[in-house]
Amino acid sequence: MSRYSKYIKKYKVAFILAPIFMLSEVFGEIWLPKLMSLIINNGVANHDIGYILKIGLVMIAAVLLMITGGTLGNYFAAKASVGFSADLREDLYKKVQTFSFANIDDFSTGSLVTRLTNDVQQIALVINMGLKMTLRSPGMMIGGIIMAVSINRSLAVILLVSMPVLIITIALVLKISFPRFQRMQTAVDALNNGVKESLTNVRVIKSFVRDDFEDIKFAEKNDALRQKALDAMNMVIAVMPIMMIIMNLTSVAVVWFGGNQVIDGKMQVGDLTAFITYITQILASLMMFAMIFLQAARSVVSLKRTSEVLDTIPDITETESCDYDRKVMSGSIEFRNVSFIYPKKNERDAETGVAVKREAAGTDGDEVLSDISFKINSGETIGILGSTGCGKTTLVQLIPRLFDVTDGEILVDGKNVKDYSLKNLRDGVSMVLQNNTLFSGTVAENLRWGNEEATDEEVKEAADSAQADGFVSSFKGEYEYMIEQGGSNVSGGQKQRLCIARALLKKPKILILDDSTSAVDTATEGRIREAFATALKDTTKLIIAQRIGSVRDADRIIVMDDGKIVDIGNHKQLMRRCEEYREIYYSQMDADSEAEYAAVQNELKNDKEVSK
Amino acid sequence: MTRHEMLEASLQKRYGNRVAAVQGGPGTRGAREAAERNAAKGLKNRGATIKRLMKYVFLEKKRMVVAVICTLLTTGCTLATSYMLRPIINKYIAPVDGSRGDAKGLVGALSIMLLLYMLSAMFMYIQSRLLTRVGQNSLRRMRTDLNDALQKLPIKYYDTHSRGDIMSRFTNDIDNVGQMLSSTIISAFSAVLTLIGTLALMIYTNWILTIVILLLVPLSIFAVAKVSKASAKFFKLQQSSLGALNGYIEESVTGQKVIKVFNHEETAVEEFEILNGKLRENQMKAQFFGGLMGPVSNASNQVVYVGASVVAGLLCVLRGFDIGGMTVFLNYSRQFGRPINELATQMTSVFSALAGAERVFAVMDEQPEPADDPDAYIPNPMKGDVEFSHVYFGYVPEKTVLKDINLYAHPGQKIAFVGSTGAGKTTVTNLLNRFYDISEGTITIDGVDIRHYSLSELRKNIAVVLQDTHLFTGTVMENIRYGRLDATDEEVKQAARSASADSFIRRLPKGYDTMIEGDGANLSQGQRQLLNIARAAVSKAPVLVLDEATSSVDTRTEKHIEKGMDALMKNRTTFVIAHRLSTVRDSNAIMVLEKGEIIERGTHDDLLEQKGRYYELYTGKAELT
Repeated sequence: MSRYSKYIKKYKVAFILAPIFMLSEVFGEIWLPKLMSLIINNGVANHDIGYILKIGLVMIAAVLLMITGGTLGNYFAAKASVGFSADLREDLYKKVQTFSFANIDDFSTGSLVTRLTNDVQQIALVINMGLKMTLRSPGMMIGGIIMAVSINRSLAVILLVSMPVLIITIALVLKISFPRFQRMQTAVDALNNGVKESLTNVRVIKSFVRDDFEDIKFAEKNDALRQKALDAMNMVIAVMPIMMIIMNLTSVAVVWFGGNQVIDGKMQVGDLTAFITYITQILASLMMFAMIFLQAARSVVSLKRTSEVLDTIPDITETESCDYDRKVMSGSIEFRNVSFIYPKKNERDAETGVAVKREAAGTDGDEVLSDISFKINSGETIGILGSTGCGKTTLVQLIPRLFDVTDGEILVDGKNVKDYSLKNLRDGVSMVLQNNTLFSGTVAENLRWGNEEATDEEVKEAADSAQADGFVSSFKGEYEYMIEQGGSNVSGGQKQRLCIARALLKKPKILILDDSTSAVDTATEGRIREAFATALKDTTKLIIAQRIGSVRDADRIIVMDDGKIVDIGNHKQLMRRCEEYREIYYSQMDADSEAEYAAVQNELKNDKEVSK
Repeated sequence: MTRHEMLEASLQKRYGNRVAAVQGGPGTRGAREAAERNAAKGLKNRGATIKRLMKYVFLEKKRMVVAVICTLLTTGCTLATSYMLRPIINKYIAPVDGSRGDAKGLVGALSIMLLLYMLSAMFMYIQSRLLTRVGQNSLRRMRTDLNDALQKLPIKYYDTHSRGDIMSRFTNDIDNVGQMLSSTIISAFSAVLTLIGTLALMIYTNWILTIVILLLVPLSIFAVAKVSKASAKFFKLQQSSLGALNGYIEESVTGQKVIKVFNHEETAVEEFEILNGKLRENQMKAQFFGGLMGPVSNASNQVVYVGASVVAGLLCVLRGFDIGGMTVFLNYSRQFGRPINELATQMTSVFSALAGAERVFAVMDEQPEPADDPDAYIPNPMKGDVEFSHVYFGYVPEKTVLKDINLYAHPGQKIAFVGSTGAGKTTVTNLLNRFYDISEGTITIDGVDIRHYSLSELRKNIAVVLQDTHLFTGTVMENIRYGRLDATDEEVKQAARSASADSFIRRLPKGYDTMIEGDGANLSQGQRQLLNIARAAVSKAPVLVLDEATSSVDTRTEKHIEKGMDALMKNRTTFVIAHRLSTVRDSNAIMVLEKGEIIERGTHDDLLEQKGRYYELYTGKAELT
């Protein structure tokens, strides 16, 4: 928690002044009943109208003091909580920017978003409330006790009984109801998951006419929820009546003992009236305190969740051997005995998302890549093929250091990738990710991610190479067309082409396409390949593909299986000597190759006919 | 324009119109009122909604009646005890005539008071318990009704509403309603009773003082309203800059990997700082004005108290008002604001509950799928002779998706549809099992118009395998049996074997008893698809629809599934929709769809011979998007 002291320090004044000013409200609230008792004891008893009016003026002054203090306290509380949360949010966001892919995967993006939004809001809320209440409710309690004791010490003894009873009751109810509420939450989750499932699967349910069956499943969960909710609620609803009994018993006791003292002439009536008011105040502030406590407890989880983000050490950073001036010049690549295992993910609590035990950095599971070595010359086009899960994506992600090798080394331009600064390395290596995304903003803004300074011509040129210029021109507003979040208003194939154009604008030395044309038709894909061959002649190109047609023209093709390289060679060589390659080839033959074959046959036939 | 200004303008364009939802938790009063106003604006049919909600509640008339009686009794007891202090002080403690008090009398009076307190607490508990039960029962009933309504809704509803939206009706909206049912009704009722009772007692105690209070209270209401208006304005600003920032965080953190690949971190931080700065500014104002409500309403309550104290003191001196009366009255003046405040708070939850209820009822009011005629046709058994004749269809009347579709499938034949996305392939199958009804023409199975079939019988006879593999939480066995609930274990295994799924199932940790969780995350895509095929196989339906069933598996996996698919299609009339042309080659007939029309039809060889659209697609000369 000490890490948060930095934010408090910055708004030190506000953090200190807020509760102090709030105390003036307490002061007023404590003082007013006392003044009122003076009206009864001195004014009314002595028929002194002047005195009553005088005390009235003092009371108004007290109210003015209250409102001034309350306003200022509120101002500083707002300043402290808003400042704290804005700074915290900013630090969190900056921290996330330093995260490696492994860090992001460990948290999951959804959880990171919640931490930066809801959790920070929750913390701000608690700080604001806390600053206003921390001194207020104990202040009310202490002030009330002091006043009560000063009015009548013997009567105040009653508090010694009722306060502990109240505290114990509250604690007991909380203790019993807490697990019940948890069970209720579990029941809520079960119902929600069930609904979610039947919404997702609605076509299946309808096709198989299983709505009755789904209804039965739902009814079970629904009943369980009702029961669990009743269990929890029945506990809570007992709280109010019990509290009331305790408070009312206390005031009956006060009236009894106090009344007797008045009868015996040991106490004044006005004091008795004031005393009752104080007792109510004391017990009410005790209950308020319990509520703040509960609220604060909820924010502890939020604090833990934000701390986790701030405490995470990004596992990919510049190394000591890094030369910040070194840039990727030619684009040759070499893998030397590279092995890779994915970094370990933290085991997380299902409900809060807080890591159960923070693991030291380590790896987890089987080798995804084992002992891989190969060399790629600058300007070469390399295809990478293999079934899903064989390690293709992992392999290329190691080049721009999205992950670091577990063993072995990767050289770019003959230098270890760790010897480059991350910025220069990633400027030199452009990668089109498999699950790529566009951002809300115009087409031009999206493409300029590759190069902020790019001129309109350069943008258009890159789009043209990626076969995107054609459809962008048909958009309303062309390059100023607004793309919606995640690129939801362009088709899959268009999105992929825009992502490629964005990568091209970087003018990289090494270009990696990770299954980036899967939604683009073969003819267009062919044109993209042609454009690459001319516009990116000197760029080293690595192309991961599902379709053999996408890579058969490559200078060399890497065939992978189960984390190992099976063979490297061009199409002809591989067809001759690599069985895995042939297997992939034949499984796809119908779609591309056989049609091609048929086309070739037809052409031959036509030729023959012509020659006849 | 400087770079900063450019970023700012761009951000405004991208996120300017977002508004954050009001978060739970004890918001400021300004927040509540803004939310309340929004909710109130959205309510169209307040009266009807309330009536309908009450119907749920009054299904438990007896409990409600007892609860209302208990509320009356509690409020009565509370009011009585609050007044008793006056005779106690005047008669026993400090008699008005100045004589010595009466300790014995005090015991009696206090005993009565104690008894009333106990009764009040007891009635309160009974009332809460009953209401909680009524509330929970109503909620359960409402959830059941909502679920039943959802199950009966046509696919059209699901296609036009997002899943998140429907889910939030189940969670947020029903929660809001629950809040109201279990607490609001009665606390509002008791607040009104308390208010009326207190007012009556106040007038009875001293009418002059009551007038003073009634003059001061509007003053405090006015002050609070002023602050609340200002705070609502700033609250709105805060919510829109919070919405913008949250939107930005969501988008950029979700796309964090792309940010890394493009070294875009610095720009991201710059943009974030702009939005965060805006929020800081607006939040400060909103928090300040929202928070001001506390001190202002507190102070105005104190003003009332001060006024009452002074005037009461004067009355004691000038008009012989009794001290017991004064004590009681001062307590009233402190409490008088409370039921009003409570009512104001309750209004928020009433409005959000009504808005929630309206959204829930909207689902229930949606047109369900047409019920079967009593004399609906029940095939026994269905042969699978399918005919489309001059079929026209549009999802919306003004846009025809399918035009003049004619086709005929003999039992056991395989008919394929190819064409671009949006050409209408999936639509054809949506019509077959009446997920949507056609606009013109007829579809017949075994010579009977499908609209004359019993809907459930029709669907039971058409098995579907979709591209997205949908599995349910439960064992592998249960998932396959979903195709036909009365299938024996042996039949399930038989179906799995015929779908080539048996071998991988047996290799799972617990074989057929392995639990599938989270839509089958523990299985590979191919394995999930095999389970789907097995599920269709167990159903014994004579008509089969394969809608892009293999397009999300890679070609090698497809090879493995092929055998299962072939077994499944045997002896069934099959409609295949495929992106990948290799899967449809051996069909009895291939229909090439373009813009809703069949532009070519024939066998694979026929179509290649025709050198038309299919040939172009097949040779990669044309684009399949």
